[in-house]
Amino acid sequence: MAKLKSLEDLKRVREEAQQNIKTRTETGTTIVVGMGTCGIAAGAREVMHAITDELEKRGIEAHVKTVGCIGQCVKEPLVDIEQAGMPRVTYVNVKPNMIPRLIEEHLVNGRIVPEWAMGRLEVS
Amino acid sequence: MREIALHVLDLLQNAVEAGAGRVTLTIDEDTALDQLTITVADDGRGMDAKTIRRVLDPFYTTRTTRHVGLGLPLMMAAAERADGMMTVESQPGVGTQVAATFRLSHPDRQPLGDMAGTLLAYLLSERDADLSYVHRRNDNSFEFDTAEIRAMLDGTPLADPTVRRWLANALTEGEEDLEHENGEAEIT
Repeated sequence: MAKLKSLEDLKRVREEAQQNIKTRTETGTTIVVGMGTCGIAAGAREVMHAITDELEKRGIEAHVKTVGCIGQCVKEPLVDIEQAGMPRVTYVNVKPNMIPRLIEEHLVNGRIVPEWAMGRLEVS
Repeated sequence: MREIALHVLDLLQNAVEAGAGRVTLTIDEDTALDQLTITVADDGRGMDAKTIRRVLDPFYTTRTTRHVGLGLPLMMAAAERADGMMTVESQPGVGTQVAATFRLSHPDRQPLGDMAGTLLAYLLSERDADLSYVHRRNDNSFEFDTAEIRAMLDGTPLADPTVRRWLANALTEGEEDLEHENGEAEIT
């Protein structure tokens, strides 16, 4: 029989998640990866892997979400970073090897990487 | 697309865009029949007969249905290159089922690729349509249903970082165990 983590395991996972949920919603970070046909073909799934790996490596608790196409297909893979109290920034033509610097600069140092950004929406 | 798993991710996104509440994905690798069959069925808004004919045309795309674009023509081309075919069945208001076959031993068949990554990308989707997944390889299988996982999580979202870590590990293990054909795997 194959060894596989059981659903029972999820109870423990859930409890762990619920303990941290409050801190995260206050200082929450969400990273959004475009996953339409255009994004997928341009390597968005590998970008998602690079993001989750880098977050794990640095122990950063951020949400990663996938969405469909937003119509900027030529600029895929697109990655949006949203942080509480910060402008939402869209990065374009993101490659997996850009992720360590992106996370270092944007999430750790709080500095936008202007040469990779498409634009910003000010938080109202 | 370099992997069949990337086409599968695309089909899953189609189902989500079609407003599905529940998606069923079946991957069946049968070496005796020398056939790989992939089926994606959803309970989304569906398409009428005229639209079905047009979705196979790569130059047909509409923002009003969003169930179209390059995704299906690319999948069809990939299947036909590997001596297989793709069929689309749909009924407005009921749902859509896409089935693609590939000859496993065909030299032009793409590798199945990173299915665990495809599943994770789908499960982190903003719109959370439940997924029933079965991956069979001859007598072995890996399967799970997100409805069961959600019930255990009691409201904690799948995209929660702690849950995401668990999912990434469970999916990778499930697919790897199937790769090594050492028995039944199931998230139960």
